Amino acid sequence: MTALPGGAPRFTTARAVTVAVILAALCAALAILALGLGAVPTPARSVLAALLGGGDDLTRQLVLDLRVPRVVVALLCGAMFAASGTVMQGVIRNPLASPDLVGVGAGAGLAATVFLLAWPAAPPGGLPWAALAGAWGGFGLVLLLAQERGGRLHPVRLALVGVAVAAALGAAQQLVLVRAPDGLGSALTFLTGTVYGADSLRAARLLPWALILLPAAWALHRTLDILNLGEDLATSLGTRVNPARLLALGVGVALAGAAVTGAGILGFVGLLAPHLARLLVGARHARALPVSMLLGAALVLAADTLGRTLLPPLEVPAGLLTTLVGAPYFLYLLRKTP
Amino acid sequence: MTDPAHPPAPLSTRDLRLGYGQNVIIPDLNLSIPAGQVTSIIGPNGCGKSTLLRALARLLPPGSGQVLLDGQALHTLPGREIARRLAILPQGPVAPEGLSVEELVWFGRHPHQGRFPVRRPGDREAVEWALDQTGMRVFAGRVLDDLSGGQRQRAWIAMSLAQQTDILLLDEPTTYLDPAHQLEVLHLAQRLNREQGKTVVMVLHDLNQAARYSDHLIALRGGEIYAHGPAAGVLTHDMLRDVFGLKAHLLADPDTGCPHVIPYALTR
Repeated sequence: MTALPGGAPRFTTARAVTVAVILAALCAALAILALGLGAVPTPARSVLAALLGGGDDLTRQLVLDLRVPRVVVALLCGAMFAASGTVMQGVIRNPLASPDLVGVGAGAGLAATVFLLAWPAAPPGGLPWAALAGAWGGFGLVLLLAQERGGRLHPVRLALVGVAVAAALGAAQQLVLVRAPDGLGSALTFLTGTVYGADSLRAARLLPWALILLPAAWALHRTLDILNLGEDLATSLGTRVNPARLLALGVGVALAGAAVTGAGILGFVGLLAPHLARLLVGARHARALPVSMLLGAALVLAADTLGRTLLPPLEVPAGLLTTLVGAPYFLYLLRKTP
Repeated sequence: MTDPAHPPAPLSTRDLRLGYGQNVIIPDLNLSIPAGQVTSIIGPNGCGKSTLLRALARLLPPGSGQVLLDGQALHTLPGREIARRLAILPQGPVAPEGLSVEELVWFGRHPHQGRFPVRRPGDREAVEWALDQTGMRVFAGRVLDDLSGGQRQRAWIAMSLAQQTDILLLDEPTTYLDPAHQLEVLHLAQRLNREQGKTVVMVLHDLNQAARYSDHLIALRGGEIYAHGPAAGVLTHDMLRDVFGLKAHLLADPDTGCPHVIPYALTR
């Protein structure tokens, strides 16, 4: 490819690759750190040895069976929320769109809670489907309430309605949890935004969704680029806008719905990661999507690891820390939005 | 046999009715856009200029009637095929933050690429040609947010050009541009028509620009065609009074002999 003059482009593929490699290394370093944390701290050298199949049986069991699932859930949920937010911001063309701000997260959380309480003996694979239904329910409610005449969605109006609906659905979820029989309720605390207690069952439940949906989101990168130009231009470039939107939103909503069944709502990850990704590698989704996923993964794992080291033996939920970082950024975006 | 002096209209409408919900903007329109010419649609605010242009480019579905592209009903054609034959630049397009000019122009190749886009040499040639035509090659790597209004408008036109269509529709392409940048855009439209034989249709507000840079004018009033044809026959005292509510001097443009309008009073 011949280089065109006019100054070096600000965002290049080489730059995106560099950023992605750095972020992947960061995720790996955080993972090794997190895998060493616990009542019995494990030095990084032993963690690596256990991961590579060496070390003593006790360490291997500790690291592989007990700690790896939590790290996997943190990484996957972070990546999925981030991908969901990137897709939604691209389709809705709204910088404030993100799964937890358009009712998707709260709808999924409420549906998952009700599903587990109403049907304790349900097969574990059923939970994400219930969450998915709830995610669409919450999303549909927000779209319905935020829509103005002519189907337009004002960014700030969407965010306001989204916050209100999320608060209401969240309260309903709390109510259901409070009224739940003893023991059952506390077993569902994972739906409130924490990776605490993530076991191999939860990781295994999440994995197929992530393995299908994360690549599916990336495969839509060109569609997202075109939709991001707006309805008129997307149409004039030959895209059938409504089916394309529905497909992309379907993937975005499913990503968030599945992620909720892993760790509940990890506040603002889906808002923060896409914005940071675009600042780093530009607006093209082929680059922004993978970088956003890596950012989300790193963010959640960092939040969880920090939450475990801040006030031992207490654990600060990861979702609480991401919210502490994300909420000010949300307020900043609100001020910036016309 | 088609008469070579009068090739069939590439774009026409048949009993076209347009509106938004109950609000009818254009009740019943039959129109032919002449091939290989620059056509400008003029008329007061709210007369349906932009509505018509949007319908010609299938951005607005007709209430009834049809838009015909080379004689085929527009709504029966696949979107991508239309996009290979007709490009439209809507009013005031907004680009995602951080997008470079070259990346934007590449989007124009979208209708030519398959499901799994492989950048063929022809695609790159089309992009470079579009950048050259608009004088944007020197800005190829620049981010759109950093450009002036005129440069940005040329970048958008370059994207439409990269579609390599025979028909180019421009909705108020000069709005918000200073006079020099307005001329730049109009010269570009004219050159594309003269050198590439493109059929260009524009919505313009400035009557003198419309007169000077178009072969064919369509004056709309209340969703109906009041007059159409070469500028000399359309820009008349009667038309200015009936369509725009203006009294004006009509002088001859010293270069083209076209009418030049100097409004001096309102008729209402």
